Order: sequence, then C-alpha cells, then structure tokens
Amino acid sequence: MSTEQPGDGDYAVETHGLTRRFGAVTAVDHVDLRIPRRQIYGFLGPNGSGKSTTIRMLCGLLKPSEGDAVVLGHHVPKDAESLRRKIGYMTQKFSLYDDLGVRENLEFLAEIYTLPRASRRTRIDEVMEQFRLTELAKQRTGTMSGGQKQRLALAGAMIHNPELLFLDEPTSAVDPESRRDFWETLFELLDQGTTILVSTHYMDEAERCHELAIIENGHVAASGSPRSLMDRIDGMVVEVETEDFRSVRLALQSQSWVKSVTQLGSRMHVLLRDREEEPAAMVQSIMEKQGVEGTARTEHPNLEDVFVAVTHGGTNGGAPANVGEAS
Amino acid sequence: MLRRIMAIAHKEFMHLRRDRLTFGMIAGIPLMLTLIFGYGINQDVRHLNAGVADLARTQASRQLIEDARATQIVDPEYSVDSTQALQALLRQGKVSIGIVIPPDFANRLVRGDRPAAQLLVDGSDPTLFASARQLSQLPFSTRTPKTSLDVARRPGTFSIRALYNPEGRSAVFVVPGLCAIILTQTLVLFTAASIVREKERGNIELLINTPVQTYELMIGKIIPFIVIGYIQITIILLLGVVLFNVPIAGSLINLYFAAGVFIAATLSMGLVVSAQAQTQFQAFQISILTLLPQVLLSGFIFPFDGMPRAVQIFSELLPVTHFLRILRGIVLRGATPAEVWPDIWPLFVIFLALMTLAVARFRKRLD
Repeated sequence: MSTEQPGDGDYAVETHGLTRRFGAVTAVDHVDLRIPRRQIYGFLGPNGSGKSTTIRMLCGLLKPSEGDAVVLGHHVPKDAESLRRKIGYMTQKFSLYDDLGVRENLEFLAEIYTLPRASRRTRIDEVMEQFRLTELAKQRTGTMSGGQKQRLALAGAMIHNPELLFLDEPTSAVDPESRRDFWETLFELLDQGTTILVSTHYMDEAERCHELAIIENGHVAASGSPRSLMDRIDGMVVEVETEDFRSVRLALQSQSWVKSVTQLGSRMHVLLRDREEEPAAMVQSIMEKQGVEGTARTEHPNLEDVFVAVTHGGTNGGAPANVGEAS
Repeated sequence: MLRRIMAIAHKEFMHLRRDRLTFGMIAGIPLMLTLIFGYGINQDVRHLNAGVADLARTQASRQLIEDARATQIVDPEYSVDSTQALQALLRQGKVSIGIVIPPDFANRLVRGDRPAAQLLVDGSDPTLFASARQLSQLPFSTRTPKTSLDVARRPGTFSIRALYNPEGRSAVFVVPGLCAIILTQTLVLFTAASIVREKERGNIELLINTPVQTYELMIGKIIPFIVIGYIQITIILLLGVVLFNVPIAGSLINLYFAAGVFIAATLSMGLVVSAQAQTQFQAFQISILTLLPQVLLSGFIFPFDGMPRAVQIFSELLPVTHFLRILRGIVLRGATPAEVWPDIWPLFVIFLALMTLAVARFRKRLD
C-alpha cells in the first residue's frame, strides 16, 4: 500500500479504512483521512460521533479493529512508542495533576520527556510565558478556572515541541473570550510549524480550520476546506421573512425537496435537499400556493447549513445529500 | 530511564505531601494498631512440630513421648540425643517445642518432688507458649500407676522453659508480628490506590501518551512507599522497645535489609491489585480481600505448624509469612543472616514475580 512510503512528507496523518468497534457498536467506521502538514485540521461532529476514538487511535492509545493509520511516518499502534516524542495530546478531560502546582506539573512532564537538563528551565519558562501562566506558577491546578487549566494543558502538550498536536475538544469547558484567545495561540503554534488536529462541535471554530472533516456516527460525512464545503451547497439555502412562522413551516416541511426549516429570530432558514437553479422562486411559489405571507430570497450557506445538509439522514427518509462525496 | 523513574517517584512524594489524611495514616495506623494489639492473642493449637531428646531411653520415657503425641498438641518428628541439638532445631525454626527427658527420668517419676521432664518452647510465639502450658497440665499415664492422691500433689510432669522470651510476655511476641501485618495492610492499600487514582482522575490518558515505560512507572510508583515502609517499621519497633520493652536480639542492619525486600514484594502486590481494579473503591476492596488471608494464615494469629499442609503451601506464597519468620527470628531469637536467608530469597522471588505480573498486566493503551 501507499502507506509504506512515509518519506513523502506531504501528510502528517494518513488513514485507510480506519475502524474501531466496541462490542456491537462501531464507533469509527472505515475512515479515510489525509491531513496535510502545517495546517489546522478540524474534526466537526456531535458528541459520540467518534472524534475522540479516532484521535485515540491516531495516538496509539486504542488499537484499530480494522484499517491502518500512519502518523508522521509511523504505523500506529505498532510504532506508537517511537511516535510519543513527536506528538502532543491534549485530552478532552483535564489530565494533569490537580494537587500539583502549574510549574510542578510542567516540571514533571519535562522530566518524563527527558528534556535536556540545560534547556529544561528555559523551556518551562518559555511555555509559561507563551501560555500566560507565569503569574500562576505556584497555583494548585485544581483551584484554577477552565480557561487557565486549558492553557496549562496546552502548555503541557507542547512542552517537548511536538510536530503534531492533537486537541480533543479543547474549548468545551471555557468561556467565549478564552476560546478566542486560545485560537490565537493555535495560530501562533501553526506559525512555528506545528500541525494541529482539533476536534470541536462549535461551528465558528470549525470555520477557522484550514480543512475539516464532518463526522457523524463514525463516518466522514464530508471533508474539505470550510469554503469549498459551503460552495458545494450553494443554491440550497433560502431565507424567508415572515410573520406567520407556523404556516410557513407547515407549508415547507411537507415538500420532499426541503431538508430542514429552522427559525432564526424573525427569519426562517430553509435548507433544500439538492442544489436548485432558482431555489427562492421554488419556495416563494409554495408559499403563494398555500396562501402564506412571506418573502423568500437565496442566501449564502454557512457551515451549520453544511453540517445539517451532510448529516441528519433526511426527515423524509431520503438518501444522504450528494455533497457527502468529498473531493 | 532513571530520570523518568525519579520523576514519577518525585511526583508521588508530592501527591503524598499534599494528601494530609494519607500522610497522617502513615504514622497513625502503626501507632494505633501497636497499642491495640500490644495485649496479646492466645489460641489453642494442635500438631506442633516437636523434637525429642530422650536421654533416659526407658520404657517409661517412650510411653511419655507416645502420650504427648496422643494429646495431638505435638507431633514429635525429630529425635536427637542432646539438649544442644534440640536447641539448634528450635533456633532453625524446624520445631516449635522441644521435649527433654533427663537420664534420671524414672527416678524423678518415682520421687515426684520435681518435674520429671522439661519442655523447651520457642517463646517468640504466644500461642506456642500457651500450648506448652496446656501440655504440661495434662495427666499422663506414666504417672498414674501409683495412687491418684499422689498425682494431685505432684508438680506437673513437665517444667516449661521458654527460650527467647523467658517471661512469656505477649507484647514481645506480638510487636514483631505487628510490623509485618501493619506494613502489609498499609502498603498494599497505598500502592493499590496510586495507579487506580490516575485512572479515575483521567491522568492515565496523559501519562500513557508520554515516553514513560511501564516498568519505569511501576518502579517510580513504589519508591516513595519503600521510604514510608521504613518509617512505619521504625515507628513500630521504637514503640515496641520503649513501651513494651521488646528486646531486639539480632542485627538491625540485617532486619532493615530483609524489610526492604519484604516492602518491595508487598508493594508489588498492591501494583497487581491496581493494574486490575478500575476504581479506587474496587482497589480498596481487593486490598482488604488480600489482607485477611495474610493476617490469618501468615502465622501471626495461628502458628504455621498447626495449619493443614495445603494451607501451609499457600502461606509460603505470601510475603508476610516469610517476613514474620524473619522478624521473629532476628528480633527475638537473634538469628544470623544465614539463618534467615531461607526466608529472604523467597521474598526476592515473590517480588520479581509480582512486579513482572504488574508490568505485564498494565497496558499503555486504553482498550
């Protein structure tokens, strides 16, 4: 297989048919991934969709039931041990020691990664500076806020300067401002040459990735850059301005070509099942036929539309949207 | 390698320093239990290994030996021809009771003014001492052919001479045993909790994703507890000497060396429990489960000699059984390193076996 040539260096991660079953449940189902180096790559999906399981397999912490994965040229889990120094992993649940201080935690990790003694101190000072932990040096980790813990966890994952960083829902326990700061830091790390794989269920975070894979029930439902994913469903989103939400919803939901209707304040967001030449006109004619007041116009799709379009099987039991077959 | 082991050990020390309750238990448990147990436990026992020095070699003396056997308290298995040889058997731990029948046994029996024979007892075990006393009070057929009135006025057939603990004070037997039992109880529990805690709090996912090797993790985990074990044994021995006047007959260096091997073996048992359990509560329960047989079968409560063969074989697999013998040997009988070696090497073997098992059972994976 092509995975036998790790030298090409184009991809930080490459998987073929990666599958993991837990008893009767298939958590990850034949996932093919190609994650380029020096990018931020996102896994977007709801809880339980298989994001964490995939990351754990890529770290060598779980054995795939089927398929194979090459991470930075190492086959996992076979060569997982030699991979350890090259990857950093920030777990979904905070996994540093609550009863140790910030600096003590970092010192422990520096020793475990056997950083050279000469540069150990400076490296710890450096990450504490970079992740704004200097004033918290002596603070017991258990008493810190979500955002502070998250910065420490990231500092810990970066202490040995890994080439590839796995972040499993890093922002799930922090406030919006910390989230923004956190992403600024990720772009700094990217500038320093780190490849970052981040899982999230926030649309705004997914939108900031170079590329992303939308994951549902262990499948990659769609993948590509956020822009290309949105372009692919151009002509599928219509916005309706109306006073009579109930009637609009009733009129549209019964149409086989309507995938979903969502209320956004004083507007209705309508997602069609397929791309149409004149989507606004189609919606408008239905409303007129049913005698419902309202104005429809074509709207540029956002990432949430993409997400709904490619997942969700379809309310009318139709086949998954055709945009699923990515690149 | 050494750096990572020391990093783990250092981290464990810091956890301990911050866990006030556990820290208190390190000193509190030995203090409390030594005081509580300081007041002996006595039990009737049967089938103790005995040695006989029959210096009389008469019909009556042979009858006495048979009568002693018939009580089922002793099994006279060894027959030697001098008191010195009998004492050697006792010191080596091959027999628990020695029966000395003096050359003038027949005369003594007839005159009846002093005990006709003597029991030598390993006084380092309270239950043995009690058994000897029981034996000495039984009426023997050799003494009954005369009038029964006589019998009542006579002193017992046997006089008892306790070696190693002449006054027969229970604290003297109990304190060395307590060292072994307290160390077993606290150390298994501490190590059992230490790895499970990492699982429970989610630290393990981070730890197994680092270059740390399983054996480095395991050795690093037990180092702080070896130090703690030494602190505990020192507390108990100090209490024994200061409060209960326990004499320490043998060499302390010898004792502390043996203690180190025992502590490592017991901690490894905790690691095996830890690799198996999923929660701290489970680890706690399994530890209690391993503790009970160790207390009951090690010879701390019931003498080893009195147990059925199958139980004895099982007891040999428990580190505490060996350490109990070593402790009683060194502290009470002044045994030399060569004399306790037969119990030290099994501790090494148990340590290596349990450590290997713990490393093998631990996976650097989540599945």
